[in-house]
Amino acid sequence: MERVVMKGCEAIAEAAIRAGCRFFAGYPITPQNEVPEYFSRKMPQIGGVYLQGESETASAAMLYGAGATGVRAMTSSSSCGISLMSEAIAWMAGACLPVVICNVMRGGPGIGSIQPSQQDYFQATKASGNGGFRMLVLAPSTLQEAVDMVYEAFDLAQKYKNPVLVLADGFTGAMMEPVVLPPARSDAFLAAERKANEAWAATGRKGAEKRHRIGCGERPGAPHIPLEEKNMLDFQMYESWKTTEVDYETYLTEDAELIITAYGVTGRISRSAVDLLRRDGYKVGLIRPKKIHPFPEIAFEQLDYSRLRGILSCEMSIPPQYYYDVDAVVRRRTPIATCLRSGGQIISRNAIIEEAKKLYGAK
Amino acid sequence: MEEKIYARPKGLQPNINGYCPGCLHPAVGKLVMSVLEEFDLLERSVMVDGIGCAASNRNYIDIDSINSPHGRPCAVASAVKRCSPESIVVTYQGDGDLASIGLAETMMAANRGDNISVFFINNANYGMTGGQMAPTTLMGMKTSTTPYGRNAKEHGYPMHMCEVLNTLTAPSYLARVTLIDVPHIRKAKEAVRQAIQHQLDGKGFTMVEFVSNCPTNWGLTPKESLNFIKDKMLPEFPLGEFRNR
Repeated sequence: MERVVMKGCEAIAEAAIRAGCRFFAGYPITPQNEVPEYFSRKMPQIGGVYLQGESETASAAMLYGAGATGVRAMTSSSSCGISLMSEAIAWMAGACLPVVICNVMRGGPGIGSIQPSQQDYFQATKASGNGGFRMLVLAPSTLQEAVDMVYEAFDLAQKYKNPVLVLADGFTGAMMEPVVLPPARSDAFLAAERKANEAWAATGRKGAEKRHRIGCGERPGAPHIPLEEKNMLDFQMYESWKTTEVDYETYLTEDAELIITAYGVTGRISRSAVDLLRRDGYKVGLIRPKKIHPFPEIAFEQLDYSRLRGILSCEMSIPPQYYYDVDAVVRRRTPIATCLRSGGQIISRNAIIEEAKKLYGAK
Repeated sequence: MEEKIYARPKGLQPNINGYCPGCLHPAVGKLVMSVLEEFDLLERSVMVDGIGCAASNRNYIDIDSINSPHGRPCAVASAVKRCSPESIVVTYQGDGDLASIGLAETMMAANRGDNISVFFINNANYGMTGGQMAPTTLMGMKTSTTPYGRNAKEHGYPMHMCEVLNTLTAPSYLARVTLIDVPHIRKAKEAVRQAIQHQLDGKGFTMVEFVSNCPTNWGLTPKESLNFIKDKMLPEFPLGEFRNR
């Protein structure tokens, strides 16, 4: 294990390489340019492929092609760039390809701003393309989590044969802090996985009894079935994630009378707000999803609503988006207030503390 | 003793194709598969197809295939070739796919000199969707979206993809062929051979454009459609090798 100080985007790229990523395609867009730049430096040194696409649309199509060969592959972009990638993301979900996508979010809608935001929550968790597919969505709140999540994302993609989305933000992408880098996957491990993936990859039949077809509605390595049956199998997989893939942090919730909830960098700022509120005698706790899909409903079901004064839902999105998933699980058992910034403005710890105190009322 | 002197190429499945009567798509598919068989490359080859009538081809071939989003085959194929350099990677695309929605992907794969072979079927309309205007639709030609005929003021002029790509430095082989009679089919097959040989030699981007037909949407019999190619299409899209190095 190696502890180094790195910039967020570079740490994301290095974690991906250590996870065994050997193909990256991308297109310049702020605030994630250091991701493709890092790959362009490193890939030639390790026998990987770096390809600058002519657009996000093409870059995601390239990822589709790389995924079809069974290599560990990734792209990254930001917000409006991810919108352009949504075509191929839907195709990769439709074709069951194990790929990783990283969105370093910026302000929106449209071109929005180049500053950090969390305005792609719906896009990430509900509809990253047409057809109702879902992805596991990992939302790091620190650089260490970004590194660990990117590393894990490649294993999850291979496990489920489905795209995995890492939803970071411009704040996490641009900041520097110490991270412990995971060990690099060995060439032997990667070669064995690539070999195993030859059971379905489209690189030429090589004597296989049946040819391999990659495409929407196909299931790599499995017989063709009617599309509705494929949709149903995907649905079963998404439902299974509710028991296997839920991941969240709770902090000081045992005796809490008010819960602050947030994901990503806002979750980190909220945790700091909880510490200051506790110091002032407010019984406040935190629920922070680490994966925002599947949404950690269980974290909210386990709360003692008879004790709660309310829930403060914080995010860098106006109108709010994450809030609606919180609202859906809380079902009016306690009041929910919001603390929001948007359009590239960073949410402040003081603003969260003020809103929490308002909702808390008298101590 | 009977000797089999003509057989279905091994790269084609033994089924009946669903292309319209008289359509030249199956002839192109057969040519490409025959050449891959001649080179003994069927076990190494991957065909990347897009959307439209060209995409149906994947149902009749018997090699690995990747169906890709409309217009993106050249981007997909570039990645496949780079991740799996031992594979022979070919695309099979229509005019809407290659020259309209996928123009950027086509141009940029050609400009990068990606070592793939592109087979481009130009029949001057969007066949699968009912015969709408394509970038290659002839002047004056009536389609379902140019009911009064293509005119320059509204629609501009037919795009000549071989000539366009020939302005780039990287491509190594560019040819336009047709399949209206046996001599032309022989020349077309030779162009496919050249494209595959260039890929084997690592020379970079190659494209063979097939001036093809669409009897159904042109409203012509198969035979009339071949005459239409000869009389109307070929004056607009001259045959020949544009690049061979």
